[in-house]
Amino acid sequence: MTKNQWSKINDRIFQVVGLSATFFGLAVLAALLIDVFTDGFGRLSWQFITSYPSRKPEQAGILAAWVGTVWVMLTTALFAIPIGIGSGIYLEEYARKNRMTNFIEINIANLAGVPSIIYGLLGLAIFARAMKLDRGVITGGMTLGLLVLPIIILSTREALRAVPSSIREASLALGATKWQTVRYQVLPAALANIMTGIILAMSRAIGETAPLIAIGALTYIPFLPTSPVSVSKSAPFVNFSLQGFLDPFTVLPIQVFNWVSRPQKGFLINAAAGIIVLLVITLFMNAIAIYIRQKNQKRW
Amino acid sequence: MKLAGSTKFKEKLIERLLLSCSLLSVFTTFGIIWVLLSESIGFFKHVSIFSFLTDTQWTPLFTDKHYGILPLLSGTLLTTFIAILVAVPLGLASAVYLSEYASPKARNIIKPLMEILAGVPTVVYGYFALLFVTPILKVLIPGISGFNALSAGLVMGVMIIPMVSSLSEDAMHAVPMGLKEGAYALGSHKLQVAFRIVFPAALSGITAAVILAVSRAIGETMIVAIAAGQQPNLTANPLVPVMTITAYIVQVSLGDTPHGTIEYQTIFVCGLTLFLLTFILNVISFKLRKHFQEVYD
Repeated sequence: MTKNQWSKINDRIFQVVGLSATFFGLAVLAALLIDVFTDGFGRLSWQFITSYPSRKPEQAGILAAWVGTVWVMLTTALFAIPIGIGSGIYLEEYARKNRMTNFIEINIANLAGVPSIIYGLLGLAIFARAMKLDRGVITGGMTLGLLVLPIIILSTREALRAVPSSIREASLALGATKWQTVRYQVLPAALANIMTGIILAMSRAIGETAPLIAIGALTYIPFLPTSPVSVSKSAPFVNFSLQGFLDPFTVLPIQVFNWVSRPQKGFLINAAAGIIVLLVITLFMNAIAIYIRQKNQKRW
Repeated sequence: MKLAGSTKFKEKLIERLLLSCSLLSVFTTFGIIWVLLSESIGFFKHVSIFSFLTDTQWTPLFTDKHYGILPLLSGTLLTTFIAILVAVPLGLASAVYLSEYASPKARNIIKPLMEILAGVPTVVYGYFALLFVTPILKVLIPGISGFNALSAGLVMGVMIIPMVSSLSEDAMHAVPMGLKEGAYALGSHKLQVAFRIVFPAALSGITAAVILAVSRAIGETMIVAIAAGQQPNLTANPLVPVMTITAYIVQVSLGDTPHGTIEYQTIFVCGLTLFLLTFILNVISFKLRKHFQEVYD
């Protein structure tokens, strides 16, 4: 055979190799999904979602875990979204190119690569010990907030960068101030892409286990954080409380980890069922984020 | 144009507020370094740096206490090595395929699917490693332990394929069209263009991606905590249980370790070691990417 024909054959071979390499990961994903669903699907029931943990696997459930996840995610969102967007706006729209800006940028790039468990140690030493917030919801929420902050900042910046400068110039030329331009022109134009980043960040936070273990989140919680609104029979009838943010908590991934580490078969099945709930939430969020992004690939 | 005094004040205030948001990142970095260093200094008052770096046993929770980081380091490097062995060949082959062979349409479907692979929580991968991969390995390799570095490393490798693939593909994508067209004009085939032109031209970007993947594997926690075991073994044998730096932090955190004790300080020393390792790798990767952008922008 000539050299040319060999090249053609090699070309074909690589096409197969490359395609298989690409699909290998996806095949593993499929195996993972099938494995988890066959193990845990039968365990999913109303009882499972509305029960506290128990020493008997067939009576145990994920109530404390999913309610805890909702509480922690709420805190993370309240903390990280405003600061992340604010920081992104500053760096993209306001910051001058100087040494301080450069330093902040290097910091953020570096923080994005810090292992998540180190954020847990930070949360343990600063929020739990120094600020005496102990193992409360707020400690967990802020720890995860710091963890996802770089993701939100970077995606906000990217979204803002995609807005053409002609929009800014037009707004400024009509006499709008810098903030008015950002608030009423640039931000609305970038909003869809910022949302994508926020959803991806929150979905990452929902699945995080290690930092919450490091701050000392408990694995056995047979109660819920204090409800923010409660009704009583005497005046003032409706009570508001922030106590829930200081209450101890557990979250879905920690509950799953706790069950995986036990030898009994019943708990492993519970773990699989918990994973299904966790996967449905995170994959759904990822899918929404990707959908919004594909929809909004607007060319200006 | 003159702005009214109050508007001017408001504008300045907003800028300050936004700046303070950005400064939180700087405080976070300083916070991490301060926390890790201050607790580690307490640790090194009891244990010399020399014995920390050379002692071959790590037994802080036993009566006969040894504080040598080597067993944890070897566990970490072993699982990382296995993961890289999986992720780099597959990730790079997939990147070459996506950047040089796949049609834009196929790429638009495959890339989001890969992102989903990267979005699966690590505790799920841990479950998969322990209850799916390990039983298969037990059939293939008789004598393998129920907890082992191999299973954790393999699954971790699959987890970081999308990262290697996507970052390397970005690097290959940035190679100027002119270089490729030149090679095609001289009669090269796709494979030749891919490996003799695109790959070398994107090498610094690809290296950056691989280094970042190593850093990610070193810091990964839940997969190794679940599937690799909890025994600090100074070994290169992937078939026995090992303990990584991260898995040790998890083990101590699950217990109730009182503040101020040396056990409490050990997790911060481990954190510091982990932080230094990943920080150095991240900086190298960052510099390589910077360099690479300058060449082609």
